[in-house]
Amino acid sequence: MNLTAIAAIYRFEMARTFRTLLQSVVSPVLSTSLYFVVFGAAIGSRIDQVEGVSYGAFIVPGLIMLSVVTQSVTNAAFGIYFPKFIGTIYELLSAPASFLEITAGYVLAAATKSFAIGLIILATAFLFVDITIQHPIWMLAFLVLTCLSFSLLGFIIGIWAQNFEQLQLVPLLIITPLIFLGGSFYSVTMLPPVWQTITLFNPVVYLVSGFRWSFFGLADVAIGWSLLAIVAFTAICIAIIGWIFRTGWRIRS
Amino acid sequence: MAAIVSVSNLSKTYDGGFEALKSVSLEIEEGEILALLGPNGAGKTTLISVICGISTATSGHVAVGGHDVVDAYRDARRLIGLVPQEINLEPFETVMNTVRFSRGLFGKPRNDAHLEEVLRRLSLWDKRDTQIKSLSGGMKRRVLIAKALSHEPRVLFLDEPTAGVDVELRRDMWNTVADLKSHGVTIILTTHYIEEAEAMADRIGIIARGEIRLVREKADLMRELGKKRLVIELNAPTAAVPAALEPYDLARSADGCELTYTYDSRKERTGITRLLTDLSAAGLQLKDIRTEQSSLEDIFVGLVHEDAS
Repeated sequence: MNLTAIAAIYRFEMARTFRTLLQSVVSPVLSTSLYFVVFGAAIGSRIDQVEGVSYGAFIVPGLIMLSVVTQSVTNAAFGIYFPKFIGTIYELLSAPASFLEITAGYVLAAATKSFAIGLIILATAFLFVDITIQHPIWMLAFLVLTCLSFSLLGFIIGIWAQNFEQLQLVPLLIITPLIFLGGSFYSVTMLPPVWQTITLFNPVVYLVSGFRWSFFGLADVAIGWSLLAIVAFTAICIAIIGWIFRTGWRIRS
Repeated sequence: MAAIVSVSNLSKTYDGGFEALKSVSLEIEEGEILALLGPNGAGKTTLISVICGISTATSGHVAVGGHDVVDAYRDARRLIGLVPQEINLEPFETVMNTVRFSRGLFGKPRNDAHLEEVLRRLSLWDKRDTQIKSLSGGMKRRVLIAKALSHEPRVLFLDEPTAGVDVELRRDMWNTVADLKSHGVTIILTTHYIEEAEAMADRIGIIARGEIRLVREKADLMRELGKKRLVIELNAPTAAVPAALEPYDLARSADGCELTYTYDSRKERTGITRLLTDLSAAGLQLKDIRTEQSSLEDIFVGLVHEDAS
């Protein structure tokens, strides 16, 4: 195991995060604050409570997920796409490091960044609403798993993308709609019955539901299913990345 | 000397069907400098890419330090430093951090003293905290070399190290290579500057159309294939080569003032004495004579031409 290589990639990626601190951290926090103002204050004043929780508090887990998922995907995708774009990937390919080590370096760095953003947003939320977290350990566990699994997905997107447009395409056209329709701002029980069934095919539902459960003890789907879904999702991503490196798809001629 | 890089029957066909390497076999000895000469598209970069793990071979094997580059890639790649042809660098990072990253990536523990030595040797030490994007082209190329040397490779691949580099930097580069050789590093460089191969290499390989055309000791090559020319300057121009001198296959200059005789200097009889006798018999008066040794360039052009015909 070339742990030094993992550490080198991790440090290099984190250095980039710190170079672009404003864009990396300040902008997601700012946009989330705007969501709080718009959804929490403006719309929330017209909605009393959702299942006994004030609407402002109810949307906190969903908002955190929105940022964390988007950030994980875009950070990890950019992290591996950039070396491909500027050509420095030659060094990764010629290094005595396995696919597992290279992936670990990039994914851990992207996940660390989005985890930090998640915590910052949570801290920001405390400024707007009263929240008590019922299962803090589970909350952190869900957050970590989400950061990791979506960073893995982002890593795949970064390898798949052949230009900047494609790099933006998946987050914009797939991830964002899935999150918005995944019960981030509402409870699935608020939907008509047909849509309640359809929405169960959206993986983000399980994520948001589990995460919200760790806050309020409320869940749209059983917590076991949430855990299973996220673990299965992670496993699928790892399998795809393993295949990519074995075959050299889009990285090795 | 033992072979540190051993390439056997290596073939590479790209997805589009282009056959970049055709059953190439090559042994590179430890501590030597091998120059791979070839025109653009000859397969030089593909060969290096397969050895270093950037491309996969269609068939054949490569071993570095006795380790197969596919089955034992970790052991093989640990020995290799690669300086690519293109200037591929992270523009926003500083020189020191980029070099430190390379060392870590190759699994070597942090050693800033070694990195300092490398950067000083390449005159980059003053630029260590500079962002790469603000360096000149020549400086960037040095950073690429510094990255490759950061992890103390035993085999260094330099893919066209002096393409687009000014004369001064080219001299510096040659000195660096000589210095590395004295530290026991094996160096493989590709170039299409023949003078570069001539100045630096111990052995020269010529590659064209995916095939190694020849690999020879530079000195042997120069001697073996080296032809000499005898240039005869005349007192008065001659309108044509006199019939009596036809067997010598002389080349007449446009103004008729010079005749050139090409001969093989290794032969016992070069024919010079008879030529000079016949020249005066034909009534030509000599003003001056000089000889020219053919350069590697002539050999190279000769081989590539032979290939095309």
